[in-house]
Formats: sequence, C-alpha cells, structure tokens
Amino acid sequence: MKVAGTIEVHHLTRVEGHGNIRIRVKDGRLREARWEVVETPRFFEVLLRGKRYDVAPWITGRICGICSIGHTLASIRAVENAFGFDPPEQTRNLRLLLKHAETLQSHVLHLYFLAAPDFLGVGSVFPLIETHPDAVRRAARLKLLANDLCDLVGGRRMHPTRTVVGGFTLLPKKRELAGFRERLIAALPDLSATVDLFRSFPVPDFSRETEFVSLLGDGGYPFIGGRLVSSDGVIRPESGYLEMTNERVVAHSTAKWCRLSRESFAVGPLARVNNNFSFLLPEAKVLAESLGLSPVRHNPFLAHAARLAECLHVTLESVALIDGLLSTDFGEPRRTVTPREGKGVAAVEVPRGILYHAYEFDRDGRIVMADCVIPTGQNHGNIQADLESLAREMAAEGKQDAEIERLAQMLVRAYDPCISCSVH
Amino acid sequence: MAAGGTKSWLGAPLLRPRVAFFELTSCGGCQLQVLNHEGTLLDFLSLVEVTDFREAMTERSHEYDIAFVEGCVSRSDEVARLRQIRRNARTLVALGSCACFGGVPRMKNRFPDPGLLAREIYGEYPMATETVRALDEIVPVDLKVHGCPFPKEELEKVVLHIALGKAIETPRHPICFECKANGNVCLFDLGELCLGPVTRGGCSAWCPGNRFGCWGCRGPADDANLDSLRAIAKEHGFSGEDLADRLECFGGFTPREAPEPSPRRKSRKRGTR
Repeated sequence: MKVAGTIEVHHLTRVEGHGNIRIRVKDGRLREARWEVVETPRFFEVLLRGKRYDVAPWITGRICGICSIGHTLASIRAVENAFGFDPPEQTRNLRLLLKHAETLQSHVLHLYFLAAPDFLGVGSVFPLIETHPDAVRRAARLKLLANDLCDLVGGRRMHPTRTVVGGFTLLPKKRELAGFRERLIAALPDLSATVDLFRSFPVPDFSRETEFVSLLGDGGYPFIGGRLVSSDGVIRPESGYLEMTNERVVAHSTAKWCRLSRESFAVGPLARVNNNFSFLLPEAKVLAESLGLSPVRHNPFLAHAARLAECLHVTLESVALIDGLLSTDFGEPRRTVTPREGKGVAAVEVPRGILYHAYEFDRDGRIVMADCVIPTGQNHGNIQADLESLAREMAAEGKQDAEIERLAQMLVRAYDPCISCSVH
Repeated sequence: MAAGGTKSWLGAPLLRPRVAFFELTSCGGCQLQVLNHEGTLLDFLSLVEVTDFREAMTERSHEYDIAFVEGCVSRSDEVARLRQIRRNARTLVALGSCACFGGVPRMKNRFPDPGLLAREIYGEYPMATETVRALDEIVPVDLKVHGCPFPKEELEKVVLHIALGKAIETPRHPICFECKANGNVCLFDLGELCLGPVTRGGCSAWCPGNRFGCWGCRGPADDANLDSLRAIAKEHGFSGEDLADRLECFGGFTPREAPEPSPRRKSRKRGTR
C-alpha cells in the first residue's frame, strides 16, 4: 500500500528503444506527468547525403529492425516518385503482400510478447511458456507464418534483400505462393483464438478526445501511398506531408514531436481503423465491432482491438492477393529506373502508423536532402497528453502508486512505440 | 525465465547459462532476431536462463554469465553502461554489425564534428553525441556474432556450443566461397557490384543468393584482398567511388579512429573461447 506520489520508470520494458515515465502526484492532484525519450540519435538523414539513390532503401531499412520492410518500401516509393517511375501491378501487389506479412508479424509480436503479459499479470512471455503453452505456441505459429511469407517475397524477414528500386531482384515461385495461400487459410482458427484471448482481457476505461491521422482510403483499406487525412478534417496530398506533421524539437526528447490541428495527434492501427473503417473487409469490421471498436473511439487501449482487426484484414487480403498473382503470368521482376534531378515523397502505413520518406536528388541520382518522419515520432506528443490525462484521473480517484504505474506503462505500450525508430 | 528441468547431452548436464540482452545505439533488430526463428525458439530458450531482456521482459537482473550487446557506442552514458555490463558478465558477446564494428551508424564518423552534425538535425537545441565506436574500442569483447542481421542459426550455434562447452569458430573465409558452393550466378556477371570476395562468410551468401550484391555487413574476412576486389570491380565498370561508397556502409571496412586506451584483461584470439 503505497501512495508516495512519485513514479519513475527508467527505460520502460517491453517496448523497442529507450523511454522513461515520470509522474508526481500530491494530495490527489497531478503535479507532473512526463514521457521522456532518451534514445541515442543516429542521424540517418545526414548519413545519406551524397549517397546514390539505391543506398537509401537498403540503409534506411536499418532505421528499424522491427519495421525494416515498411521503411524499405517507403524509401523505394519515395525514390520512384522522384524519378517519375510508376511500378506495374505485379510489383505493386507483391509489395502489398510483403507489407501485409510484416503487419501480421509485427502485430502478433506486439499482442502476445509485449501486451498480453500485462493482462496476464506476468513480466514477460517467458513464464507463459509454462502456464499458457497453447497461447505461446499459437503466437509462434502465427509469427512464423508471417515471417516465412516475408522471406518468400522479400528474400528475408528483416532488412529484406529482394526489394529494390524498380521492383524485385527475384520473384517467388508460384508453387510456393500457393503453399502460403493454404497456410494463411489454415491460420484463421489461430487468429480467432487470439481474438478470444484478448476478448477475455478487460479494456481499461479511459478516453481522451484525439485527432487521428492516416492515409485516406480510396476504394480499399490504405497501406501504400495516397492522400493524407485527419479526423479533424484536414486532407493533403502525399507530397504535402510536412503540413501534416509539423515536426519540432522539444525538451526531454531526442525524437522530434509533431502536431496538426491540436497540440498532438495519433497515428497507428486505431487511427487507421477510425479513419478508414468502411474500407475494412466485412469480416474484420465484424471483429472490430465485437471488441467494442465502432469508430470513432478515443480510448487508446482499443489499439489492441484495431491490431486484431487488421491481422484478420491483412490475412484475408493476402489470400486474395495470392489468388490474383497465381491467375496471371509473371512479367519481368524488375524494370530499369532512370535517375533524374527532383524530389519524391512517400507515405506508407507501417504497423505503428503512417511513415513518410522524402528525398531530393541531383541529376546523377545522388541524395541532396533526406527526411524521414516516423510513426512513433508523431505519437510521442499524444502519448504525453494521454499520460497526463490518465495520471490526473487516477490521482483524483486516489489510486495507489503501483496501480498508476501499471496503467501508465500499459498506456505507453498500447502505442507499441518503436523508440529508436522515432529518434533515428 | 523460470528455471526448467536440467537438460543433458550424452549423459552430461548442460550448463544452462544465465544470459542477458542489452542494446546501445541500434535499430533493435538483433534482439528481434533473437525472438525470430520461431520453430526452434522454445528449444533455444530452454538452453539458457534469460535474466535481463528489456525489449521482451519486465524483470531485470545484474546476475548473468553471458551478456549479448547489440548496438554501437555513441554517447557517454553508453560507455558507462557498457563498462558495467562488462564487469557483470563472464562472457561479453558483440551481437551484430553495430556492436562488432559500428555498423551503419559508423557512417557518421565521416563527418569530423559530431556537434555540428547534431545541429543539422536539432538546430540550436543541444544534443549529446559522440564519434561512433564498436564495443571492443571500449572494453574487451569475447565473441562476435557478425551481420546485419546475423542468421539466427549462427546465434543458436554459439549458445549451444557454450552450453556444451564446445569451441566456437568464426568463419574466416569470404562469402564468395559460399556463393560458389551454393551454385549462385556471380553478381558481377549480372552487372551488380558485390563485396562477396572480401566479406566474412557464415551467412551462406544470404544477399547474393537473393540476386542482391553483398554490402559487406559482416565486415572483412581474414586476409581480405581488397586490391583484387578493386580490380574486379573496375573490370566490370564500377568506379572507385562506387566501391568506396559501398565499403563504407556497414563500418567493417572503415579504418578505426584512435581507440581509447583500455587494457585487455587477457588476450584472446578473435572468435574463439
């Protein structure tokens, strides 16, 4: 029983990268709540200057080990946009399939390895190997399937080897793609069991009105390229990303923070589902609603429900993509792209939200300027605002330190922050 | 992880070492790679007792035999953390290219003033950053697992050999050998630049096998013949600048800045134990 009023979480666990939580409460009133980002910067935007265009996808993938495929695809799209190259349908579909595999891999990792332990009262997935062996084996099966699909299409699950400007160095064999069609369908009961597990977890009762930013669906649930939208009504073209992000340097953070119509906004699965619910496949819509996610919802803990809905959506859409690929003759894997002077921007929905890459090239295709705006960087301001609001409510209710600390950590984890990515 | 039943091999009990994972300046990918390879993940975890792994678990401990450290050093607080980890660990393993030789972040060192570089990104806001260094430029390192990323099988073998008390051999040959053995078409013949002739093997020619030229993420092989690579590249129409650009990307071929003097506890042959 402790109500000392000072909560310090140094290097929060079960998130990627280094961040601290500091909360001070006195006499039932919140004095301070702070989300600190202390990750070491690597200065990728400067590292790229003077490098040839083909270095960008390969090196910027190293911004993040968890969403390296998303970074690689965003980087390739920005380069291709700068050079005026429009990839053929086969390349677009294979890239989307690869992205879906990464989304599934990342969401499963988050749900089982990072989030579930909080709801099951343990510190990590490791004790669950003994207490919940079926769940851990199920997580491993789903993650393996998604990772194997990344290997098949991208050449490798982390820092993919086949994805290049102009297309792919090698194409998957149709026989192998057909095998994955079967494996994806066979995984549906595992996804369903995952939903049942999360349905048994209580969703913390907390809401704060939030502006949500994502790609704007145009005939489908959006993942790669298109217009940008905010739930406050802002719409911009892909190339207008700077007006959507407004990055600024803030104290206590080595990552830049963003804002749009308000002091902060949120990106990620919840933002995507809120902004593009009508484009989810019917099965994913039903799933989201069954978990209490009928847009627009402002409870950040519903991000888990959004991840589950997206897992089902990308699995079903992957089956459809494979069907489409199997029904046509494969064309050449890669087309020649001619460098030219110019600027290109790409917006891609990666597991943690909308990611922007922008480059400016000289006429030899060497990088003059590079800019990457990371989903978690866009979320930091919103994590801070949520943390303050949550801590204020809990302090007013006279909650104990341990309870405030537990929920504050769960709140930050609900954003699945990728902190080293956000600092890059 | 809770201690499980004692495992044995040929009747002898396995060591089941206590292991901890840490990350310094990095992308977090090496730790994710530890959680990959799901088919053998549970077996892998049964070989060790994980006592600290911030990215995956809340429990923390200073009690461990083997520390796996991902990332390079680029700030003074990381120097202090690394020294503490070295004091706690019996065996220190550099995990991945950033830890082994600085990795991609080492490209920063081509800009002589880290402070000036920081201002390019953060403006007048002060941002602490230093020249990038590999772990063995700060403390003695016992083992290196090369690659960005390393193949999980390589790490599994290291841990298994530690549990069995067997010697650990780091491949000394270049990737070119593995590419030939796998029957791949030479990337130079496909019109691509490739660092396979000089890069340390052990990845089974991961990138060339996917028709993607090697970028040298595993650093130089023993006795790497760079002059010969320059001649091959020139013969295939690549400029010295193209080659230098690529050699620079993962830090393994970059000459090291003067390292901070740190007395070695005892001399060890690289990659053996």
